[in-house]
Amino acid sequence: MVKYIKGIFQGLGSLLTGMMVTFKEFFTKKITEQYPENRAVLKMNDRFCGELTMPHDSDGSNKCIACGLCQMACPNGSIKITSEMVTDPETGKSRKHLVKYEYDLGSCMFCHLCVNACPHDAIKFSTSFEHAVFTRSKLVKTLNKQ
Amino acid sequence: MFDFGIITNWIHTQLTSLMPEGLAIFLECVIIGICLLLLYVLIAIIMIYMERKVCAAFQCRLGPTRVGPWGSIQVICDVFKMLTKEIITIRHSDKMLYNLAPYIVIIASVMAFACIPISRGLEILDFNVGILFFMAASSIGIIGILLAGWSSNSKFSLIGAMRSGAQMISYELSVGLSILTIVVLTDTMQFSEIVMRQADGWFIFKGHIPALIAFVIYLIAGNAEVNRGPFDLPEAESELTAGYHTEYSGMHFGLFYVAEFVNLFIISSIAATVFLGGWMPLHIPGLDGFNAVMDAIPGFIWFFAKAFFVVWLLMWIKWTFPRLRIDQILTLEWKYLVPIGLLNLLLMVIVVVFKLHF
Repeated sequence: MVKYIKGIFQGLGSLLTGMMVTFKEFFTKKITEQYPENRAVLKMNDRFCGELTMPHDSDGSNKCIACGLCQMACPNGSIKITSEMVTDPETGKSRKHLVKYEYDLGSCMFCHLCVNACPHDAIKFSTSFEHAVFTRSKLVKTLNKQ
Repeated sequence: MFDFGIITNWIHTQLTSLMPEGLAIFLECVIIGICLLLLYVLIAIIMIYMERKVCAAFQCRLGPTRVGPWGSIQVICDVFKMLTKEIITIRHSDKMLYNLAPYIVIIASVMAFACIPISRGLEILDFNVGILFFMAASSIGIIGILLAGWSSNSKFSLIGAMRSGAQMISYELSVGLSILTIVVLTDTMQFSEIVMRQADGWFIFKGHIPALIAFVIYLIAGNAEVNRGPFDLPEAESELTAGYHTEYSGMHFGLFYVAEFVNLFIISSIAATVFLGGWMPLHIPGLDGFNAVMDAIPGFIWFFAKAFFVVWLLMWIKWTFPRLRIDQILTLEWKYLVPIGLLNLLLMVIVVVFKLHF
């Protein structure tokens, strides 16, 4: 009998604790993002994978050495690297030079493996996500500046 | 307090001067019926909108915001969508009962809805055993739910219907006991009389401890009675798809859905009428200026404010607690609520006999 009455009050107490939690939640600021209107203040997380980019420095050169590791790492074959062998006029050694870095956004699954594979951090993912275009061919992008 | 009886009497005298009395009464009944159904639909729409907004707020969301200002037209669009949908007849179902079930549910709900005193002179069904009639009318809905589960030839529906039968019949007892506690205090069962006796203080204040206990028991049992909140296992989405209305589509499903929401409003408004004074304004004895200000607010505003406050309380409960198992629900009713309700009734009798109430 004592256990029964104690149980009632303990139960009521725990129910009220739960109700206090939701009562506070009722008045907290809502976390809903209303997307098209909040474009100006929209803040994406840094690790969000939106689109593959190749950063260029101020004189328009990139860090890519055309090693092809990203192309091999890509599970979907979204990256296509065209390279040529050039001979350095000073040393006379021949090395690979990047001609075209083609990236197909349409078949990319944003797995981030290409960035992991890159030995020189030449490519990285940006957080832009508004990719809609009218034809698929527009999704194939050339990342390096020529 | 404005008496709507003046308007209704004026309409009645105008009609009787034009036509024989029988025809006038018939015409009045038709008009009242139409008004009742319109109010019913309006309340359903407001309730569904409120449910979505309140639920969203409790989950730290915004809820519907796109259609109309603050998403206010969203529910109306949903209603029109529902109206255009096909009503599918299940092949091996009991056709007659299958089609009848939603209407039984809705008729029970409308009959209970008609008992509610909205303002002075705005009582539709008001006679000396009003509460008894309300209890009887609202419990007809169980038959509709059981028929729906039985006739749709689906295991999920049948399990849902049986659960809801066990649950609703059990909790009817607690609802009855807690209302009876107040009937002991008022010695009347007529809704308009119950409201009038609360002119000098609502029953939750007048009856103090037993009335408060009865109010809590009524809220719990009422929530279970309308299959909502933590007691929604007749339509447990995660285990029974949708319970007794799994096989229903289109407006037949819509009728169940609307009846569920209006039943919630009915339970809340009866709680507001019986415990919180219905359309009676808040009066504090001694403060005449304050009382005069409170009197200036029309009765139906008081009524709707109280009813929607209780609705909000029930929604708060619903969006806080997880669903109970069927054995837990029956334990709560038979081992806790009924004994406490009976003791509470006894306590109220003692309070009334020794005049310990205010």
